[in-house]
Amino acid sequence: MKILVCISKSPDTTSKIAFTDGNSKFDENGVQYIVNPYDEWYALVRGLELKEAGGGTVTICTVGTAADDAVIRKALAIGADDAVRIDAEPTDAYFTAMQIAEYAKSNGYDLVLTGKETINYNGSQVGGMIAEAMDLPFVSLATKLDVEGTTATLEAEITGGVEVCQVELPAVISCAKGMAEQRIPNMRGIMAARTKPLNVVAPAEVAKLTSFVSYDLPEAKSACKMIDPENMDELVSLLHNEAKVI
Amino acid sequence: MSTLVYINSNDGLAKSALEVVTYAKKLGGDVTVITTGGADESSLASLGEYGATKVLVDRSVNSDDAQVLTKVIASAVETTGANTVVFSHDLSAKAVAPRLSVRLKAGLVAGAIDVPQDGKVKVNVFSGKAFGHVEVSSDKKIISLLPNSFQPEGGGSACSVEEFNGNGGDPKVKVMDVKKPEGEIPLPEAELVVSAGRGLKGPENWGMVEDLAKELGAATACSRPVADIGWRPHHEHVGQTGVAIRPNLYIAAGISGAIQHLAGVNGSKVIVVINTDPEAPFFKAADYGIVGDAFEVLPRLTEAVKKFKASN
Ligand SMILES: Cc1cc2nc3c(=O)[nH]c(=O)nc-3n(C[C@H](O)[C@H](O)[C@H](O)COP(=O)(O)OP(=O)(O)OC[C@H]3O[C@@H](n4cnc5c(N)ncnc54)[C@H](O)[C@@H]3O)c2cc1C
Ligand SMILES: Nc1ncnc2c1ncn2[C@@H]1O[C@H](COP(=O)(O)O)[C@@H](O)[C@H]1O
Repeated sequence: MKILVCISKSPDTTSKIAFTDGNSKFDENGVQYIVNPYDEWYALVRGLELKEAGGGTVTICTVGTAADDAVIRKALAIGADDAVRIDAEPTDAYFTAMQIAEYAKSNGYDLVLTGKETINYNGSQVGGMIAEAMDLPFVSLATKLDVEGTTATLEAEITGGVEVCQVELPAVISCAKGMAEQRIPNMRGIMAARTKPLNVVAPAEVAKLTSFVSYDLPEAKSACKMIDPENMDELVSLLHNEAKVI
Repeated sequence: MSTLVYINSNDGLAKSALEVVTYAKKLGGDVTVITTGGADESSLASLGEYGATKVLVDRSVNSDDAQVLTKVIASAVETTGANTVVFSHDLSAKAVAPRLSVRLKAGLVAGAIDVPQDGKVKVNVFSGKAFGHVEVSSDKKIISLLPNSFQPEGGGSACSVEEFNGNGGDPKVKVMDVKKPEGEIPLPEAELVVSAGRGLKGPENWGMVEDLAKELGAATACSRPVADIGWRPHHEHVGQTGVAIRPNLYIAAGISGAIQHLAGVNGSKVIVVINTDPEAPFFKAADYGIVGDAFEVLPRLTEAVKKFKASN
């Protein structure tokens, strides 16, 4: 089975979020980049488990610039046979998805795995877009994935519960919590990652449909009102009369 | 200007459906609703009260399959000539809206929290740690609105309901089974949430969390370690790597308030924090704070809510 895992970078979850250039750009000063947790913990690890069980290859695919190579090597250290970087700034989900779809179409994969969402832009967009561009079925927010022959059996989150479903490969699947356990790269993996192929390909001509014009930060909360732990009647009354939420 | 709104009406009309219709009305122009499934005509007609001019219902579709729905919505766009499509940013829209974006070559704004200002739409970014303002350059636009960020406004009159056939075709994803726990309020849509963390010491102590939630009519949630060690199911995990929620009230007991946890809940209108440690970081993000033992405070709060309900 040929598996393509889409990996994006995201700022370390403890990063201080700030903006520069008149609030038009994310301030990368002092920011550490990590592999987007959903892509690493679930999509990549499940891809590797399927390969270990049934053979095949796992390729990592990232739309990004040379600055992302360090993050791609981190992902390679966890496993995967090789990586491809499509050399462009992924500022628009449509643009990003069309790049991945073009690459995937010309290389033929049985499974294209993405994370549930990127934790910086939280769009949950790229997976569904790849599927439509390739005219493939898409299972969104899968929490379990097994493959028998050319049939995938999945569990996926739906409003208020989960559904069990089946789909014929090839298919695109976005991976959420529950699908696999996080793997910590070992020394051998880190050494091997240095020499694994990381192919850089030129982007296809695609228009961008959206752009982030500016950013701002939420207003600071006013001071917290402390309430006597013995007096929960007071809290209830404040929630009703002052905050008006109950 | 003409707007098409997709709503899921399989289980009747959710509050989020009224939110998106109200939102579409604020955009100006005609508002057509497209829906599928079995909702009855009079409840669909009531969407007129929130601003719909007309409801199209495709009763030949009885699944939530993203490929099928994308085709149906695309043909409704063609029929109505809509230039904007609005979704509620729920689990179904997360699968359908991106597909539709590619099919129509329409820029998608995912997770909008306000109406456009000067052509820019405000969205949550960095898991709620910041806001971004998105501009769409394509002629057609898709906006998917975060649940509970816009209040429904009724007051209009009922509208017409028309049968529609969008030629959705057969789903390629075969649904074998659906598991929905009875009587639970889905977390992303809940207006009140009671949440607890490692401070509760063990799963056997969750009764007091559930009691309070039940008394309030709230959903329950938890911090990530609690879901990771299996004290609570994964779908209750809120935060940067779990569900992001924006309820009216979020009560957190025995949760320290790590930055990754706050990221998923700081869109809540009011936050109440219960923690034994007065230095817990969560107090900085709280509106009301109680320094105390959750094992005593939670049951006391449940009693106080009971008393309040009895006298109101
Ligand atoms: C990449 C990454 C992503 C993450 N994503 C998330 C996420 O999405 N969501 C998330 O929640 N976390 C996330 N985390 C973990 C996060 O950093 C914290 O470790 C976690 O939120 C702590 O959970 P907690 O508050 O339940 O436990 P603790 O930090 O152990 O806090 C327990 C709290 O309970 C209090 N307490 C103890 N006893 C009592 C009592 N009797 N009554 C009242 N209070 C009491 C203590 O004072 C303490 O403040 C992530 C971490 C990383 C590295
Ligand atoms: N620049 C990128 N390169 C490769 N994959 C990406 C990129 N951006 C997003 N993805 C994938 O698409 C998923 C959803 O991203 P998003 O739509 O931004 O929430 C991520 O979890 C990744 O798997």
